[in-house]
Amino acid sequence: MADGGLPVIARFEVRHRNYLAPDGSINRPLPAFASDASLLASLYRAMVLLRNFDRKAVALQRTGRLGTYAVSLGQEAVSVGIASAMREEDVLLPSYRDNGALIWRGVKLEEILLFWGGDERGNHFSGPVQDFPFCVPVGSQAPHAAGVAYAFKLRKQPRVAVCMFGDGATSKGDVYEAMNFAGVHKLPVVFVATNNQWAISVPLRLQTASETLAQKAIAAGFIGEQVDGSDVVAVRAAAEDAIAAARDGQGPRFIEALTYRLGDHTTSDDASRYRPEEEVQARWKEEPIARLRAFLARQKIWSKADEEQLAAECHERVEAAVERYLAAGPREAETMFDHLYADLPEVYVAQRRQLAGEGDG
Amino acid sequence: MAEVTLVEAVNLALVRAMEDDPDVVVLGEDVGINGGVFRATVGLQARFGPERVLDTPLAELLISGLCVGMAAQGLKPVGEIQFMGFLYPCIDQLVNHASRIRNRTQGRLTCPMVLRTPHGAGIRAPEHHSESTEAMLAHIPGLRVVIPSSPERAYGLLLAAIRDPDPVVFLEPTRIYRAAKGEVEDNGEALPLDVAFILREGRDITLISWGAMLKETMAAAEALAAEGIAAEVIDLATLKPYDEVTVLGSIAKTGRCVIVHEATRTGGFGAEIAALIAERGLTSLLAPVARVTGYDTVIPMARLEQKFMPSVGRIVAAARKACQFN
Ligand SMILES: Cc1ncc(C[n+]2csc(CCOP(=O)(O)OP(=O)(O)O)c2C)c(N)n1
Repeated sequence: MADGGLPVIARFEVRHRNYLAPDGSINRPLPAFASDASLLASLYRAMVLLRNFDRKAVALQRTGRLGTYAVSLGQEAVSVGIASAMREEDVLLPSYRDNGALIWRGVKLEEILLFWGGDERGNHFSGPVQDFPFCVPVGSQAPHAAGVAYAFKLRKQPRVAVCMFGDGATSKGDVYEAMNFAGVHKLPVVFVATNNQWAISVPLRLQTASETLAQKAIAAGFIGEQVDGSDVVAVRAAAEDAIAAARDGQGPRFIEALTYRLGDHTTSDDASRYRPEEEVQARWKEEPIARLRAFLARQKIWSKADEEQLAAECHERVEAAVERYLAAGPREAETMFDHLYADLPEVYVAQRRQLAGEGDG
Repeated sequence: MAEVTLVEAVNLALVRAMEDDPDVVVLGEDVGINGGVFRATVGLQARFGPERVLDTPLAELLISGLCVGMAAQGLKPVGEIQFMGFLYPCIDQLVNHASRIRNRTQGRLTCPMVLRTPHGAGIRAPEHHSESTEAMLAHIPGLRVVIPSSPERAYGLLLAAIRDPDPVVFLEPTRIYRAAKGEVEDNGEALPLDVAFILREGRDITLISWGAMLKETMAAAEALAAEGIAAEVIDLATLKPYDEVTVLGSIAKTGRCVIVHEATRTGGFGAEIAALIAERGLTSLLAPVARVTGYDTVIPMARLEQKFMPSVGRIVAAARKACQFN
């Protein structure tokens, strides 16, 4: 009995997972996959590639060769950690900031550049053919994930939908509606909130009074856990567990990855207008790439030479992608009608011709 | 052949579609054991099970968003929204996702979904149950907007909508759900989408309408016939994309046109048709194109509802005036 004699009818807990401290030391026994040095190295490579790619993309935007772009600076461990735990046949439903997850799943760098360069051909990407493209209306992909997972369940396919969004998105009814439904039907879906503390200029404390985002899963009837989102080992471990449980018919999970957006919201944003520089500097001490590098160095599975070689590889790979991106020919204007419907209705054929310069307008 | 009501024809089409194709899934609020608030889904759950006929939580955005996700996996979801007044949370999904996922992914993902909802006023329903905002939907590129006006067309067009590879919003005229009866052969044959139906031929004037308003429009054509005016009546049936050829062909023949819809006037779909005729049929015109519509007000509750709706008298008067113009 609690105070006043009223019974407590339920208790909930939100666990927090972390393995690597900011200095690369270990907090507790590592998960099994962490004994695979080549896997750890590939996680590291993916994060470094993403950071290089981001830097180049911003440079392209600044020189007028790319549209608005959203960087992952500081958050690399989340999209890489999550995607690395997925199987090819699972379906990713990403937010616009999850470049790292798409790249891990095989989307070409030049395709991502095409997308941010304003060309739908970038969405016809080389990743798994059923993966969703970036979702721009915040949180609206969550119901899609529930629908995809429902299809998996109906067809008895051992596949999992993984839906990624930001902390701001958790304020939207879309996300709750999807989680609620997923809970009711025990769907194979994992929701991942990348809590980078900011939704453009709005800090988390104005987004929600809830102590954690993870506890939002409790209202929907399933487990929500927090994970250190700057610790790629923790992110991957949490994702592995959640995806395995979902695949095993245990229903949905929610992962809140605590991280920090070290850069501007997008290339159109100036975070210094709303965010103190000291806060950002403090957070640089926790960032995921240096952290994993420190761990790998302690383990003696990563050397200065490896680092130099990786830098050169990333440079080469990004530059080659940029070249292919810039060389992608223009699209003919009338192709905007392509794929509008399976077959273009006759009434729009004249408009298409007009765009092709064949009509009389 | 059996006489069925419009809502029974919807049910027949759903059963047929689910029989024919295991990928068809019906979802919505109360669609399961209750068979839908209008009984459109009656018997489906007993027949096809709760996995294919699922009662969703009370969340309209979710229903439309689930449809997008299911459809992207190759299912053919048919979502039901209980009344059009509750469709608005789905607009985000329709505009931002359903209607353009094919285009934005260059055909990699598609969205063969149907969202059904009762449409229109005249049933003395509570507030927010009598919406006629089809023009809003017809403005969305990549979508199809279909409104049947008879049991036969409800059956054939719904089958077509479910088989269509793109998203369709299927608006069912509530006022004639049970009032409209007709013979429907349950033969699994679809009717064509994007095509208008000429319900009555005539030389003197073209009356264009859709959904429940065709009842008054046909009655007006009868009344006009008694006066010696031969009206051609077009059921537009698909509003997006709509059959410009049939409309312009009829205007070329009659030279006069009255468009009838119960939706409010400003920005209503009648304005689109009038503009088309002004652009491409002007030289045939013998009189200004007229619109008989609901007023630019909120659709009033029961006591004034009938005053809001276009009446046979208003349609006849507009047609008579157009015929006297010279
Ligand atoms: C529905 C919707 N409202 C507003 C916007 C404009 N907008 C783009 S990003 C953003 C902030 C999103 O924050 P969060 O979900 O935390 O993700 P983050 O950008 O931090 O990754 C806003 C308000 C949008 N894209 N979609």
